[in-house]
Formats: sequence, structure tokens, C-alpha cells
Amino acid sequence: MSLYFTKEHEWIRVEGDQATVGISNHAQEQLGDIVFAEVPEAGRQLSKGQEAAVVESVKAASDVYAPVSGEVTEGNQAVADDPALVNTDPEGAGWFFKLKLSDAGELSGLMDEAAYRDWLKTL
Amino acid sequence: MAGPLWRSRRFVAESLMDQDSRSSETLETLPLDSWHRSKGARMVPFAGYEMPVQYEGIIAEHLWTRENAGLFDVSHMGQLLVHGRSVDTALERLLPGDLRGLPDMKLKYSLLLDDDAGIIDDLMATRRGDDFYIVVNGATKHGDIHEFETRLPGDVVVDYMKEQALLALQGPRAAEVLERLIPGVGELGFMQGGPFQFSGRPTWISRSGYTGEDGFEISIPGTQVQELADALTSDPLVKPIGLGARDSLRLEAGLPLYGHDLDHRTTPVMAGLNFAINKRRRGEGGFAGAMRILAELENGPPQKRVGFDVDSRQPVREGALVLDGEGNEVGKVTSGGFSPTLQRPIAMGYVGTPFADIGTPLKLEQRGKLFDVRVAAMPFVPHRYHRKGAA
Repeated sequence: MSLYFTKEHEWIRVEGDQATVGISNHAQEQLGDIVFAEVPEAGRQLSKGQEAAVVESVKAASDVYAPVSGEVTEGNQAVADDPALVNTDPEGAGWFFKLKLSDAGELSGLMDEAAYRDWLKTL
Repeated sequence: MAGPLWRSRRFVAESLMDQDSRSSETLETLPLDSWHRSKGARMVPFAGYEMPVQYEGIIAEHLWTRENAGLFDVSHMGQLLVHGRSVDTALERLLPGDLRGLPDMKLKYSLLLDDDAGIIDDLMATRRGDDFYIVVNGATKHGDIHEFETRLPGDVVVDYMKEQALLALQGPRAAEVLERLIPGVGELGFMQGGPFQFSGRPTWISRSGYTGEDGFEISIPGTQVQELADALTSDPLVKPIGLGARDSLRLEAGLPLYGHDLDHRTTPVMAGLNFAINKRRRGEGGFAGAMRILAELENGPPQKRVGFDVDSRQPVREGALVLDGEGNEVGKVTSGGFSPTLQRPIAMGYVGTPFADIGTPLKLEQRGKLFDVRVAAMPFVPHRYHRKGAA
């Protein structure tokens, strides 16, 4: 299992050709109280960088982008039902969607966890 | 948050920022700047200042204010003292409010108008003897001072009380908290002010605010404001509250925000602020934009400010279009967000007058997505102002 991050503050956890995507703890902190989440439906084809989900806090609306290309296998109904889950467990139960990778090579452009945490300090 | 940290399309720092805020210039700091930071505030640019947008979180701060007492630093607002010969009559040429009839120490909500009835700013004016103490919005204060100085007669003087800070203590427990610190404030009625002493020095306190709750606004020299902020927050009923909750509280209270719900393209009648123009002023006219305003009072305005109940869990925000049943654009959302008290989205905006009746079904369009809404009565959350004689 490998964990990667994007500069848009998504995380992606990969096991074989299956990946789970969410937003980082830093992202949820910056957004504040999350009041709405919209997740993609299974079967949707996403290309890397495409808008895949929506997350809104009291003060801001943001997109969650697909960090890599693939087919959505599941949207997390739990965060759609209880968006505050993204605040309380952003890098665990607050995941947004799962997808089947179409090009594992795209992962090589992403940061690992240590690189992401280091990069955050430079912001 | 600055920079490309998180690809937020509409961030509070932008959505709250008044249109003419000069964010590219050097930001000023509030007298309480370091105090806010020590309380864990996240600071954002607003109205030319670095200001606290939140401390522990907007929803928690919002609900705290509705249940206890919230302390807001609104020192960015402009505090003016206008004095000189017949100052009430002179001000009545620019403002449609009844200032001549305003009793001593009483506040009146009014509007600074241009000659075509457009709103230059909204404000609170208090008679202090022969003088008027006027509080205007932060982002517009320099322009307002210019308007007053150029449009008032030469023997009326506008003093900008630059060294005064302004705090607001708002919520159902505000009166008991402030009464312990400054005895006598509990005697003030809603929209009444007076001079008080804090720590042996003079302050000016009024029973007023921008949350729909009972509360006070306290004008105090910037050199003394930290002592007062510390004294207030040492009470366990008081927490500091940021701009984010200030915005959600005033939206629930149905109160317009200048630069968003009011601007030079809106008139007081369009904005539903007819209460700010009394019978004498309607009869006599003689204020900026009177011809248009009196005609709108007579015949109805072309558009009206209304509330929207949104039938969705997703907030609809400023800029969304209002559509009728056939998809024609009939208005625009000027403020919108999530109501922490009601736990659902609410919004306000302008619609053509035929669509302004309470209950009218309409649609809002945001980023290509349609939302079913109904025109709603405002306030969304009932006001709980302190009325003398009320239980």
C-alpha cells in the first residue's frame, strides 16, 4: 500500500490497481466547518486533474480533483450524509471516492507523505 | 488563505471583502492584532485591515453567540463625530432619516445617498447633544468622509475618530456580562447609547449590533481596548468571534451587508429599508435622491431585496442567478451560505417585484446547477433585541 499527495491537497491511497481519494488534514483545516460534500457515482470515468467531487464549508466552496485517471468504483455515501466526517477524519473515514487506476504511471508525478508534509511548511 | 494553497473558488476573504477594499495595498493592523493572534485567530484581509475571520470555527462561534455572548472586534469601522451649525438639518440633505426628531442618545439606522438615490453606505447615527456620532462601514469610511466633507456646508465639521477602537458584545448573556463590568449599561434600551466609565476612563456604549441578538457596541480608545477585551473574555460566558460568524449571524438576521446586498445601484426602497424614511421625510422630501425614492414609495420599486429558503443541502452563494419557472433571469443572489442555527442553506438577493411575494417558487442557478427555492420572510432567525418593558 502506498500513500501519495497532490499540490491540490488530495491524498490517494493505492493498493494494486485500486485507489482511495480524499482531502488532506491541512485542506480540511483551511476549509473549516464542512457542511456539504458531493461524491461521484460508481462507473464514472475520470481523467487526471478532472473535477471529481465537491466540498463546501461555511465559508468556501472547492472542488476535489482526480489525482490520477480511472473509473470510480464507489463514492463515499457517509461523507455525503455527514459532511463533518471530512473534518473529524479527513485521511480515514472521510474519504471521497475509490477508483480503479487506468494508468499507474501517473502516480510517479505525485508526492509521498514526507514530501507533502515538507512542502506544506514552505507555503 | 493566500496563494495557491487550496483551489478554493470562493473563499471567505474574497466573499466578505467589500468591493472597494484595496487588498493590494499595505494592510493596516487593528489595535488588538496581537491579541487576536494569541487567541488563535486566523487573520484575513478585510476592508484594508488584517482581521480575524475565525478562532475555533465559524459554526461553534456562531452558536456560542446565539446562546451566550460573543465579542467582535469591529475597530475597522469608521467612527465619525459630525458637529457644527444645524448639523441635523445639514445631515438630512444626505440621509433620508429623521435626524431632527431624533432624541438625545438615540440611534438611528440610515443611509448615505447619492443624488440618484443609490446607497453610498449604510450607517448608524446617534445624537449626542448638538453633535452626531456616526458609525460607517470600514471599507467605505474614507469615501464617506469625503462625501460628507464635500457635500455638507462649510460650517459643519467631520472629525474622524481614528484612535477609537470599537468592540461589539452580542448575545442573550451580553447584558449580564457587561453589567458586571460596567454597571448601568443594562438600563440602556435597544438603539440607545450613553457615556460610561471603564477602568476610570470614558467610553461610549450603545445597545445595538449586527447579529439580531441583544447586545452592545463599545467605543473605547485603542490604547485601552486590550484591557477591556481581556476583562470581557475573562468571563466564561464570552468568547471572541470572527468575521465568518459575524457574516452568518447577520445573514440569519436578514441584515444587509454593504458592498454585497447594498450598493450604489440599489435604493433604500429596493432594499426594503422603508422604515428608515419616516412620514415627515416622505412628506417633505429634501434629501439626496428624494425624487426617485418618493416615486418608488408611491409606485413600487422595480426590484426588491428578498430572502430565499433553499431546498438543498448545498449552499448557494453570492452571484448565483435567480430564474423564474420559464428559465428567465429575474434576479441575483447577493449573499448566501449555510445557516448554523437552522442547519440548512439560506440566501438573500434581489428579484423583480412581481416575483418578490413570500412563498414564490423560483430557481437559483450556480455553476450550471439549478436549485429550487422559495421567497422567504426575513429574518430567517427571529430577532431578540432588548425592548424596554418587555419581559
